[in-house]
Amino acid sequence: MSDFLSANAGILIALIKVVVVVLVLLTAVAYITWFERKVVAHMQSRWGPERVGPHGLLQPLADGAKFLFKEDPTPAGIDRFVYFLAPFLALSLSLSTIAVIPLGPGQIEIFGRRTWLSVAELNISLLVVFAITALSVYGVALAGWASNSKYPLLGGLRSSAQMLSYELSLTMSVVGIVLLTNTFSLRDIVDDQRGGLLHWFVFPQIVGFACFFISALAETNRVPFDLPEAETELVAGFHTEYASFKFAMFFMAEYAAMVTVSFMVAVLFFGGYFSPFPDTSEFHWTFYLPTAGAVISGVLLLIHGLRYYTAFGRVVLPVIGAALVGLGIVCALPGVIGFVQGPFWLIAKVATVLFVYVWTRGTLPRFRYDQLMGFGWKFLLPLSLANVLITSLIVALRPAQ
Amino acid sequence: MNVETILFFILAAAALGGAVNLIAQTHPIHSALSLIVVMVALAGIYLLLGAELLAAVQIIVYAGAIMVLFVFIIMLLNAGVEERTAISRAATWVGLPFGVILTVVLGWRIAFSQAPAHTGPGVDMVRASRELSQMLFTSYVFPFELTSILILVAILGAVVLAKRDF
Repeated sequence: MSDFLSANAGILIALIKVVVVVLVLLTAVAYITWFERKVVAHMQSRWGPERVGPHGLLQPLADGAKFLFKEDPTPAGIDRFVYFLAPFLALSLSLSTIAVIPLGPGQIEIFGRRTWLSVAELNISLLVVFAITALSVYGVALAGWASNSKYPLLGGLRSSAQMLSYELSLTMSVVGIVLLTNTFSLRDIVDDQRGGLLHWFVFPQIVGFACFFISALAETNRVPFDLPEAETELVAGFHTEYASFKFAMFFMAEYAAMVTVSFMVAVLFFGGYFSPFPDTSEFHWTFYLPTAGAVISGVLLLIHGLRYYTAFGRVVLPVIGAALVGLGIVCALPGVIGFVQGPFWLIAKVATVLFVYVWTRGTLPRFRYDQLMGFGWKFLLPLSLANVLITSLIVALRPAQ
Repeated sequence: MNVETILFFILAAAALGGAVNLIAQTHPIHSALSLIVVMVALAGIYLLLGAELLAAVQIIVYAGAIMVLFVFIIMLLNAGVEERTAISRAATWVGLPFGVILTVVLGWRIAFSQAPAHTGPGVDMVRASRELSQMLFTSYVFPFELTSILILVAILGAVVLAKRDF
């Protein structure tokens, strides 16, 4: 057994990492739908999901069960192969991008082998992300075409045009960072931002960041660029004819893409897994911030949960609160405290970006289609090209180090 | 047989199968999808050879941009299943023999090739892409710019055709 382990340790470690990351990502996707509904509801003075579990916490579970057991009618006159291929393509592509994103600094040890804290460590990880993004348009376009129906076809056409147009400025907006760092590796890009808030690329590349974030909103078909599924015009766009779990696959693909883009924003512009504080001894107290955050929110949840209006909630919420307090205390242990810093800051940044995503959805109205195209081609693309030009000028004139 | 050889045969089978399927399919969308399979499989083979930049460019440019446009146009024109016509006389008398000759010559050259098979990574990726860019903008700058102008002319032609009143 141990021979087998040592001979195939590389493959085993990779498998373990894949399983863990996919499970965490899928759970996160389920709870991001809850988070989004809650946040948008509170922005609009509503309650949001409230009935299934305390504060609607079991709503994602109920939704998942509903998707599994719903009737799944297959429309007539479809192209069967492509119709079934499209949701599979959409979900598998948007789940696979996360593999190349560095989740923490340094290496950990499993089965006596040191391994990076990411599923796959490549030196062209940035290009891999763009390659997968470039392919992800097929899921939407083929779903629209294969459904043999007018609304999905129009939705699919719109989204292919939109994703193609915004992919240009998405890619161009990152060229500035590649010029500054001389690398395509996401880990090297993060390591170049070591040393606190002032070293983050969001400051020298503020224009690139704006272009990237707007293009990413369009690329993931989010408000205000959710033209492919503009329900007042196109029913539900490309996935009108999909029901049950095939619809759920598109849904999960959209949210997984959202998570990936948030990771990309954090990694490229906000220092990835590095803390915003400088790496010096007078800022050593910031190592206890994960603990403080978990303990404070845990205690608040405990107090709130004890006075919740259902008996179930009075049990579940204090338990979650106590678990958070426990987690916080574990995070302060000497062996753990250094390790949790990277993932903690990365997740905090990703959560912030996700909140901005939801905030945007709660705030902005949808673009008209011609405005969308005009904005992409006549404003965003020239702006990102200008950013590339100015950055390369600065890099060329800067004295060599 | 190591993992790389197995991967090579899987990718080669995918590429060949995709290429045959591209011709055999009667619907343009299915043909386009087969072509995408070919391109992605080729990108995988480039990766096996250690040409990571080429693999990424292959997927981003060919599979991600050009083929999306193909699929987009096929969808936009709502092209149906192609009609089978009898094979033309020129194809029978010129095409088939030349095809056979080409296959034989290529197969013969490959089978009796003395050049060592080049496999496995080991190329410094950053240096390789830098050298590639330097070559593009120094030694090969004229063909590079010429290609750009060719593409520009093609775009202009498309715009003129689109603007024309029929």
